[in-house]
Amino acid sequence: MQPIKEIRSRTVVLPLADVDTDQIIPARFLTTTSREGLGKQLFHDWRFGNDGEKKQDFVLNKPAANGCKILVAGHNFGCGSSREHAPWALLDYGLQAVISTEIADIFRSNSLKNGFLPIVVNKKCHDWLLNNPGAEVSINVEESTLILPSGDCVKYPIDDFARYCLVEGIDQLGFLQQHEKEIQMFENSRQ
Amino acid sequence: MNKSASKTLFEKVWSSHLVKDETPDTPAIVYVDLHLMHEVTTPQAFSLLREKGLKVRRPDLTLGTMDHSIPTTPVKSFKDLAIVGQGAANQVKTMEDNCAEFGLELLGFDSELRGIVHVIGPELGATQPGKIIVCGDSHTSTHGAFGALAFGIGTTEVGHVLATQCLLQRKPKTFAIEVNGTLQTGVTAKDIILAIIGEIGVDGGTGHVIEYCGNAIQQMSMEARMTICNMSIEAGARAGMIGPDDTTMSWLKGRPRSPKGKAWDQAVEHWTSLASDRSAEYDRSVTIDGSAIEPMVTFGTNPGMVMPVAEEIPASGDSGFKKALNYMQLTPGKPLTESPVDVVFIGSCTNSRISDLEQAAKILEGRKVAEDVRMLVVPGSQQIKMQAEEKGLDKIFLESGAEWRESGCSMCLAMNGDTVPSGQLSVSTSNRNFEGRQGIGARTILASPLTAAASAIEGSVADPRPYLET
Ligand code: SF4
Repeated sequence: MQPIKEIRSRTVVLPLADVDTDQIIPARFLTTTSREGLGKQLFHDWRFGNDGEKKQDFVLNKPAANGCKILVAGHNFGCGSSREHAPWALLDYGLQAVISTEIADIFRSNSLKNGFLPIVVNKKCHDWLLNNPGAEVSINVEESTLILPSGDCVKYPIDDFARYCLVEGIDQLGFLQQHEKEIQMFENSRQ
Repeated sequence: MNKSASKTLFEKVWSSHLVKDETPDTPAIVYVDLHLMHEVTTPQAFSLLREKGLKVRRPDLTLGTMDHSIPTTPVKSFKDLAIVGQGAANQVKTMEDNCAEFGLELLGFDSELRGIVHVIGPELGATQPGKIIVCGDSHTSTHGAFGALAFGIGTTEVGHVLATQCLLQRKPKTFAIEVNGTLQTGVTAKDIILAIIGEIGVDGGTGHVIEYCGNAIQQMSMEARMTICNMSIEAGARAGMIGPDDTTMSWLKGRPRSPKGKAWDQAVEHWTSLASDRSAEYDRSVTIDGSAIEPMVTFGTNPGMVMPVAEEIPASGDSGFKKALNYMQLTPGKPLTESPVDVVFIGSCTNSRISDLEQAAKILEGRKVAEDVRMLVVPGSQQIKMQAEEKGLDKIFLESGAEWRESGCSMCLAMNGDTVPSGQLSVSTSNRNFEGRQGIGARTILASPLTAAASAIEGSVADPRPYLET
């Protein structure tokens, strides 16, 4: 994984609450055996009509969304299925972070393992972001802060280990493998 | 026992699996006793192993099946099963190849033990109290009904478990949901869990492991308990658990992979000790009066948008409510029972076990599925299919006009050829009513097998209670 220290971008706002991973990428696209190329199917049924045409009123289809790397979403983003295809699709599309007031557990865990940043802020900050689509914000991953256009700096919670892995570009499997001796001892103790 | 030493079921299972405890800087390393796999969430994990030249550490603790992308069309022999779509066919083949290459047990296409991953684990007796069980699938919470700590993981984590048999985890919080009282006629475990999700919300369990307790839970069969734990994820919880008791033991006794002889006695002693201590404390708790719960259905596009089937759709709600009702083409303030139904689906890891099929059959026996309604009955496993056929349930379904299928996930997620056509209304015993979950534009109402069967007969959403009066 590439180290991630900072993400700076305009925001694109999808204010709906409880966006589930079936919306992020519908199940019928999960017959893939690869993790590449899923961006095409991101939010497929919200982005495209039955005729395959782009729905012009969907936020990601609006010209203002071009090049945005930060998604501001409603409460409880990423609920439902554990499919890691969800963060893969978001990343492949070009998004790098989501900001909400709550992010579902499995989605958050999957995101962090792929370098997609799940950021939880308080309601006041969230309300401001919802009301100011396109705001230029930056995320300082090392400091765990979100910097608003006003210069206000909002600290967000993140597991220290997950942050360390993101900033250093560390693969968590490697960390587990370093504990081979302990794993072996644990197995022996249970026999 | 002194209070501080009291532990919950979760804490007992968690602490006995710590290869290394968590610190402020690092998560805990927990050991996994059983890793279940299916074809959809594993291919990329095997690719990773191959890239890194790694082996599977414990093939003996790893078990695969195929359920999501396989068809459920009735066939004489599995050889005749035609997979729908090149992607699905490739995925099934990839699963076979991966299991062969890494030396893993696969209850594959032609196995009589094949079925939905969360149905076959318990059925085989591989699911046992006190185990940590994981699978790249959020409904792994089902196995918690046995007092296991069972939770869904992502594909990267599937790779971690394959390579090291361990996971990096932060300790979740605990949440006791106590359900008391005698359930009314026509009220099942499905209605209870829908009512619970309605009460605590689709994010009510985030960051928590739920323990379901109370006399209503104690009186439930294992199958009902599995239905409850299954939908823990629909409340956002990490897992759902129920303390092992006599019901658990008698269900597991004699299963193919349950311990035998002396080992069984030792296991029972150990399993019994896992139940939460009386004075154990939880981070959060709620109490629910089970006797007040009525048959429940969803009316919106997430499992928290629930109502008693006989009542009117709520008149108003937030902006999400409007969007949901718009998608569902339902009118606020109107009864739901007037809505014409196109499809009825009995199946999924929530409600496809033998008792679910028996309940549906009880209502359908001697009656006909309404004209214009397509009804699918999809057993959770090939074993359940055989049991049902021994009991003659298949005949009841077929005579009523329903389809009797091979096992699989089927219409629960519409990636295998079984789909609800756009715009059609489906009453489904599955667990997710998200937009498009059962097919593009499909409108899903979640319900119990009783409510689903009654709705099939009436051709509109129906209260099952009149069918149960003697
Ligand atoms: S039946 Fe549905 S919820 Fe259960 S494992 Fe299959 S797809 Fe997932």
